[in-house]
Amino acid sequence: MFIRLSAAVAALSLLSSAAVAQGTKPTDPQIAHIAYTAGVIDINAAKQAISKASNKDVKAFAEDMVRDHEAVNKQALDLVKKLNVTPEDNDTSKTLSRQATEKLAELDKLKGADYDKAYVANEVAYHKAVNGALETQLIPSASNAELKSLLQTGLKIFQGHQQHAEQVAAKLK
Amino acid sequence: MMPGRCPPLVVALLLGAMAVPAQAATIQITIDNLVFAPAEVAAKVGDTIEWINKDVLVHTATARNGDFDVITPPKKTVTSVLTKAGAIEYYCRYHPNMKAVLTIAP
Ligand SMILES: [Cu+2]
Repeated sequence: MFIRLSAAVAALSLLSSAAVAQGTKPTDPQIAHIAYTAGVIDINAAKQAISKASNKDVKAFAEDMVRDHEAVNKQALDLVKKLNVTPEDNDTSKTLSRQATEKLAELDKLKGADYDKAYVANEVAYHKAVNGALETQLIPSASNAELKSLLQTGLKIFQGHQQHAEQVAAKLK
Repeated sequence: MMPGRCPPLVVALLLGAMAVPAQAATIQITIDNLVFAPAEVAAKVGDTIEWINKDVLVHTATARNGDFDVITPPKKTVTSVLTKAGAIEYYCRYHPNMKAVLTIAP
């Protein structure tokens, strides 16, 4: 749990340390890319859970994650198209994706209740980390008002998912 | 007067009063950006709630005491009729940070 949490937090806090080092904020195209990537990561984790989870609440939670994050990412794509912004890959997105791939491989080795617990615990930690990044870095750095507002909605959704994941985790104990 | 013996006229009037309740209302509750609005609504049994979901997400309006569980698909309006009185806290099962209160008079 501790290792999982710190891995997710480390990836997202890279954003703040990189920004501090360069004395710059992420740009809107970079923010859009990071937010979209964060959604894709959760969708991939959920798809793995839909095929691997044995507990029905865990499976239902994973289905909720796919549905919500796909809806939000579609909105994000519509917005960047409307704003004529091309999402720009960046170190934070790359680090997030790499760590997510490692996490998927790690979870893939687990089975049954062990897998269910590990997936849900990671969902709690991951949503917490994303919420922290949204609140302290991505939302304050966004300059376009519509992008900022979409990120604020995203934060509310992610906070809801975190609470939902915490409830599912509590029931697994 | 002896208990259990009401004049027929009184009975007729009582039944008549029950058969014509105060007019049932339709009340709108909007879900926009993961917020139920208004957050507190007063209604009565028999009223219809129109749940207007403006989000691209599925939400639910789920009573904590189990009295109702309404699923509101994205960009859709669904209606439900209130059948039980009470001060009901409800929330969204998918986003438990969404909370509101419905006070239903008998
Ligand atoms: Cu919801």
